Amino acid sequence: MTETNSLIQIKGLRDGLLVSLDDASWDEQRTAFLAQVDARPDFFKGARLALDVASQVLHVNDLVDLRDQLSERGISLWAVVSESPTTENTAQLLGLATRISKPRPEETRQFSVRDLGDETALFLDRTLRSGTRIEFPGHVVVFGDVNPGAEIVAEGNVIIWGRLRGMVHAGSKGNKNAQICALDLSPTQLRIADEISAALDPQENPRPEIARINENGKLQAEFWSPG
Amino acid sequence: MPAQVITVTSGKGGVGKTTAVANLAVALASNGSKVVCIDGDIGLRNLDVILGLENRIVYDIVDVIEGRCRLKQAMIRDKKLPELYLIPAAQTRDKNAVSPSDMNRLIKELRPDCDFVLIDSPAGIERGFRNAIAAADRVLVVTNPEVSAVRDADRVIGILEAEEKGPAALIINRLNPTLVKNHNMLSADDVLDLLAVELIGIVPEDENVIVGSNRGAPVAHDPKSKAGQAFRNIARRLQGEKVPFLDLDSQGSLWERLQRLAGRK
Repeated sequence: MTETNSLIQIKGLRDGLLVSLDDASWDEQRTAFLAQVDARPDFFKGARLALDVASQVLHVNDLVDLRDQLSERGISLWAVVSESPTTENTAQLLGLATRISKPRPEETRQFSVRDLGDETALFLDRTLRSGTRIEFPGHVVVFGDVNPGAEIVAEGNVIIWGRLRGMVHAGSKGNKNAQICALDLSPTQLRIADEISAALDPQENPRPEIARINENGKLQAEFWSPG
Repeated sequence: MPAQVITVTSGKGGVGKTTAVANLAVALASNGSKVVCIDGDIGLRNLDVILGLENRIVYDIVDVIEGRCRLKQAMIRDKKLPELYLIPAAQTRDKNAVSPSDMNRLIKELRPDCDFVLIDSPAGIERGFRNAIAAADRVLVVTNPEVSAVRDADRVIGILEAEEKGPAALIINRLNPTLVKNHNMLSADDVLDLLAVELIGIVPEDENVIVGSNRGAPVAHDPKSKAGQAFRNIARRLQGEKVPFLDLDSQGSLWERLQRLAGRK
């Protein structure tokens, strides 16, 4: 959720809230922010709060004061992010974090699609490197490689026009008819619905393959042949 | 001309980042460039040891950032090369003593006065790594021809792409041609196949590297060392020359020819 007024922006993070202030007067912003908190105590109560104060220069008493005010309201301040080294220093002195690990856009992507069902596909025109995780409630098509350490979790089918050497989970919500195709199918692991297969040995001369669940309920890969 | 800022990183530890920085710095400075290298591994500094400058440290990078000394005071001049400087890391602090914006400010101050700034990144992808890449114009990723190092390099390249740090260039370090020939080690092609980035150098395994590091005299000083030659070639590539890759497979003819060439220079 995002909420904006002139000075203060409040965003939901994975594990709490991020409040962004700008460079306007500190007293004014602090008052405005606390007023917002007081206006909706239920929303804020118990929250873990990270504060982005832009380039405000804050000293120990500024932050201590705010932290105490917040904790009176049941909010725990755990991080202060700032472009000002003085403020960073202050935050460190108080044992507050000065970096919030924002999930980088490339790392974990959850694409949301509303009411389009299985027939939606996500097209990725690049190689997925180690550490990338793609989650999608439909089909996924990759025009590139999927490297070891990269993961794709799709509710539909997964097609890799390239080498698949990472992990792919197709039919992640239980669709046993989902398929995984790749020009070179050498994954670290494949999953379709609840079936899991360990690594397939890389082939000397790779040929396109399709993996699906066979009539015995086991995950199986077959070479693709035309016609 | 303002300096080119090059960060050397890897993800995995122990693949030879610091050795690469020391050798590239020596090679670049021997070729007439003014080079400043920065040890970004705060709390676990090593670059000073490898360059043999440990006993000259008075001020370090954290002293500069926290305003206890001027930048020039923390720049240690090399024993042999007057155009090579080191800004050492602090040993008694940790990565949180520096922020990416601190690095940007420091590099901005350095840029007008030298040709190359080389930054040695710590292992990992956390704060120290972020600091090291903050100001980079170019990033060199060092890897070894082994699966775990390549996996980490892939992750780091992915992060660099996401942060739009420009295309990374790859150094494959400690390649053993005999092991590769017997299919007991990944070949350069295997590594490139996976990482799909520009290759800027292959450094063969060479015990002189360890000897040089221990003596504080990087192997790039040694005209006879293969690894030294490889680092000198990378340096020339960074300076914009086109240098063919060493043929590491043929132990005899071509290598000797190259050596003779290098000797005559």
